[in-house]
Amino acid sequence: MTDLTELGVAAIRDGVAKGDFTAVEVAEGFNANVAAAQAALNAFIVATPEKALEAARATDARRAKGEPLGKMGGVPIGMKDLFASKGVQTTAASHILEGFKPEYESTVSQKLWDAGAGMLGKLNLDQFAMGSSNETSYFGNVISPWRRNDGGNAPLAPGGSSGGSSAAVAARLAPAATGTDTGGSIRQPAAFTGIAGIKPTYGRCSRWGIVAFASSLDQAGPMARDVRDCAIMLEAMAGFDPKDATSLNLPVPEWEAGLSGDLKGKKVGIPREYRMDGMDADVAASWDRGIEWLKDAGAEVVDVSLPHTKYALPAYYIIAPAEASSNLARYDGVRYGLRDLPDGANLQEMYAATRADGFGAEVKRRILIGTYVLSAGFYDAYYTQAQKVRTLISQDFKNAFTQCDVILAPTAPTAAFGLGDMVSDPLSMYLNDVFAVPASLAGLPAMSVPAGLNREGLPLGLQIVGKAFDEQGVLNAGLAIEQRARFSAKPGRWW
Amino acid sequence: MSVDTATVAKIASLARIRVTEAEIAAMVPELNGILAWVEQLGEVDVSGVEPMTAVIENHLRLRDDVIDADPLTGGGVRGAVLANAPAPEHGFFGVPKVIE
Repeated sequence: MTDLTELGVAAIRDGVAKGDFTAVEVAEGFNANVAAAQAALNAFIVATPEKALEAARATDARRAKGEPLGKMGGVPIGMKDLFASKGVQTTAASHILEGFKPEYESTVSQKLWDAGAGMLGKLNLDQFAMGSSNETSYFGNVISPWRRNDGGNAPLAPGGSSGGSSAAVAARLAPAATGTDTGGSIRQPAAFTGIAGIKPTYGRCSRWGIVAFASSLDQAGPMARDVRDCAIMLEAMAGFDPKDATSLNLPVPEWEAGLSGDLKGKKVGIPREYRMDGMDADVAASWDRGIEWLKDAGAEVVDVSLPHTKYALPAYYIIAPAEASSNLARYDGVRYGLRDLPDGANLQEMYAATRADGFGAEVKRRILIGTYVLSAGFYDAYYTQAQKVRTLISQDFKNAFTQCDVILAPTAPTAAFGLGDMVSDPLSMYLNDVFAVPASLAGLPAMSVPAGLNREGLPLGLQIVGKAFDEQGVLNAGLAIEQRARFSAKPGRWW
Repeated sequence: MSVDTATVAKIASLARIRVTEAEIAAMVPELNGILAWVEQLGEVDVSGVEPMTAVIENHLRLRDDVIDADPLTGGGVRGAVLANAPAPEHGFFGVPKVIE
């Protein structure tokens, strides 16, 4: 019998529907993989094997009665621990929310359960989704299942902030996982671990019940092994939600049914500003191969310009911390989460002690930057200026999309780096998101697909950015790459 | 613009985060490095450019003015609201004495 944990979303859904195997068998297989890998990879903060089994039993029962199984029927998934799960600890990988058990379920996770998915557990991440390497979690680093081919076995970053999600999918602990992307947090970890992931247009997926980081940027999306699996899961996650003021009131397209790797008549833009001096040779070569693949799929390749690209990261590192400093003001030791009340402390001292104890160093750094750029006298020079630059970055994309249908670029400037290599220098860590952040600032759909291995045997991703609402165009270009890259590498099971 | 120890102490106080002098000393160069880097935004000509307010054009909705239209976000759920409070007292959030 095939190892069911080698199957992706579509294969599990179809196999369960046909009766080739049961949903319970699938859940048991992944539950076993989760348990076996936890000590080595630390991908989960909490495992919920009974939840996965409960959903699987419900799916098998529906099938026995001849009822429809749903878009994700019988598929167990990992849930990034940024989505509120009713009755299950939800921490955002922080100490301040340790022990917090929401009384409600996030809209996106509820939609997935309604579609027949089951929960394997809550996935580790960078604390409050702030990080690019999963090294800021209060619950410890996630270790990438990938290793360099030099035999050194140095532990590598799974990317961040959705590092538990990327590690779990790459290591076959889950066929798919939810991610959230504020400035690359789905795409960069997907690229680092040889999987696919899509951030849809801002507003496609409800933010209700997702722990907020930077509300004008945060978007949920799926991470899975291939483009079809992402399309299926995104259909289950997306949709209008009256509880999110920025939710798009649009019907959810049938992205899976619309998949086509034939790009005849499509134009692919190559942004010249992304070809930076000193670019990693393997990344540049992978980008060139991607261009040839899309030509082979029938697309015409055109040169486009995104002139404000170099200002995207600095604008992001004003806007995101500003929004974070405001969003994270809610953690005060009064309503939920940690309370640190030193002897004789007054209310203000309790706030300050609780937040000092409950937030990690990177979270504090961003709250302080955000507080500073929003403070009286500095607001216009920093925050208003950054929002004006954000308008220009968005206009850059609008101009480029008069000449092309999608944009192709690398997902990240390097392959996965070693744990500990970047932590001492926050700026160099921030620069890892240089190719991912512009699409976030413009709210555009963007996806990473595996494109090959570098000389160290580590995965590289290619990124496709599309027009607002054109997830289909992004998925189709991703599929065209996937069909030609034929990426089949996976990490050896050393754990 | 750059920050000194007094400014970092002031920001930390505004952000309600207790910091030690050693932490402030470590943060000053870090924050200055980041602030110096973001200051390149000043080079950009933004004359006539409106600051972004909505990344995808959307219009704000008004919900129907109905009490408890959504039971989950409506009222009458005191137990759920207090369920995660670190120190609930008599059906309220408990805090240290505020009035002297």
